[in-house]
Amino acid sequence: MGKLYLELIRIRFLTLLAYRVNYYSGIIIYAINIGAYYFLWGAIYGGQQQLGGLSVEQMTAYVAIAWMSRAFYFNNIDMEMAQEVREGKVAIEMIRPYNYLSVKTAQAFGEGIFRMLFFAAPGIFLISLFIPFQFPSTPEAWGMYLLSLMFAFVINTQLNLLTGLVTFFLFRNDGMMRAKRVVVDLLSGLVLPISFFPGWAQTLMGYLPFQAINYYPSVIFTGAIPASRAWQMIGFQAIWVAVILIPIFVLWRRAQTKLVVQGG
Amino acid sequence: MGEIKHVLGIFATYLGQYFKTRLAYRTDFFGELVSNLINELINLVFIVVVFQHVPLLNDWTRDEIIFIYGFFLIPYALFSMFFGFWDFNERYIIRGEMDRVLTRPLHNLAQVCLESIAPDRIFGVITGLIIMGYAAIQLDLSFTWYDPFLFVGLVVSGMLIYGGVYTAIAAISFFSDSRTGISPMIWNIQQYGRYPVDVYNKVIRFVLTYVLPFAFVGVYPAAYFLRKETWYAYAAFTPVVGIVFFSIGLVVWNWGVRKYSGAGS
Repeated sequence: MGKLYLELIRIRFLTLLAYRVNYYSGIIIYAINIGAYYFLWGAIYGGQQQLGGLSVEQMTAYVAIAWMSRAFYFNNIDMEMAQEVREGKVAIEMIRPYNYLSVKTAQAFGEGIFRMLFFAAPGIFLISLFIPFQFPSTPEAWGMYLLSLMFAFVINTQLNLLTGLVTFFLFRNDGMMRAKRVVVDLLSGLVLPISFFPGWAQTLMGYLPFQAINYYPSVIFTGAIPASRAWQMIGFQAIWVAVILIPIFVLWRRAQTKLVVQGG
Repeated sequence: MGEIKHVLGIFATYLGQYFKTRLAYRTDFFGELVSNLINELINLVFIVVVFQHVPLLNDWTRDEIIFIYGFFLIPYALFSMFFGFWDFNERYIIRGEMDRVLTRPLHNLAQVCLESIAPDRIFGVITGLIIMGYAAIQLDLSFTWYDPFLFVGLVVSGMLIYGGVYTAIAAISFFSDSRTGISPMIWNIQQYGRYPVDVYNKVIRFVLTYVLPFAFVGVYPAAYFLRKETWYAYAAFTPVVGIVFFSIGLVVWNWGVRKYSGAGS
């Protein structure tokens, strides 16, 4: 069984490799975004040394790594699922001898590895040439960041599976999936580190899984928090992974009986 | 006159068709409205949260920045309403739909614009007006009798700037039928126009003023209403820039259409 999913990961990786030119423009897009926020934050800090628990240098590293982490964890499997439901392809997928959701996860992972190698890694190197920032100094810090990034990927993929599953009930929910994307960008800490938000908002967001997608790995990367706090964050991520599995199972059970194949 | 009436009639028909197709999936339609609204509000959240930590951003106050952002949303929403062919390459070139467009009696750019019109973006205009209005009240701005007319002129100019740049970019597809990936790039650059240009370094400021003049969509015209006299000259040039860049877009488009040889099957 494991071999099957490994193969799925490999195929998705190779498919993307064939269209890799598309991704070079992606690097530029991310560079544009990182540049915009880099200058903006520079102006925001002005003469101030520290804002929201981050120094200017840490903020620079945060902006760069937050976008590059997104390059890794971001995927469109919910849109793919929606399309397969709409076109009726999902019926064929469901009678195949594998689990549909695991297949989607494997494909997302193949895409993640591809984006990591051809997008995030060269991207972060390129950006470090233009915008000076500090990489984690110890192997332990790197390890914590990568572990946390892995969890971030899993949580984001789980949320995508959830919104993708909703298509089984609503038939068409592109709008909702797009709304989810922008909400994730804001609440995950991509545009604004969570520590900048007012206290009540931080408390509220503590009950939501979104900051585990970007804020945790990014702030671990900047080194603005002690190792004990970093491990605590990784622990929270592990808990979220387990918690989100429950609604996925419930929805998946229901979806199988509820499926209406539209056209096909 | 007859020609314009004709186009408006067709416009109304397309509008009717649009709402019929969209309202067939009602939850999706409202989902998209909500997602656009959230998208517009996220930047507002950013501004509000950041200004809880600092009093000024390069001498601009919070409400001034909010005003600029509200202003920016209006030409941007109009642009995305009328120039909604963000998938032009895929839809018209690769799938060969352009061949059909060329057989239509309307000008081909007008036809493409009509087919991809997105009237629900009118809500973006409303959001922009509300945000701008709020900031104007906070700043206690005063307006003269001709300001509304200038406002409309500046907004339309801003829309033409986006429209021109985007038309030119889309026209690249006529020369190369492979995917270019350039349009999402432009899509992302537009966000630089939201904040005062003096935030950025010289190179970016130059690009935003002369090459991809997105600063003329947000900061420069908004600075006029904020009575920032240093920027008056730029604000006055906005309509010129709008006309020039839209003309460039149109010329490139027409040139592309002449070169176009059809790629679809």
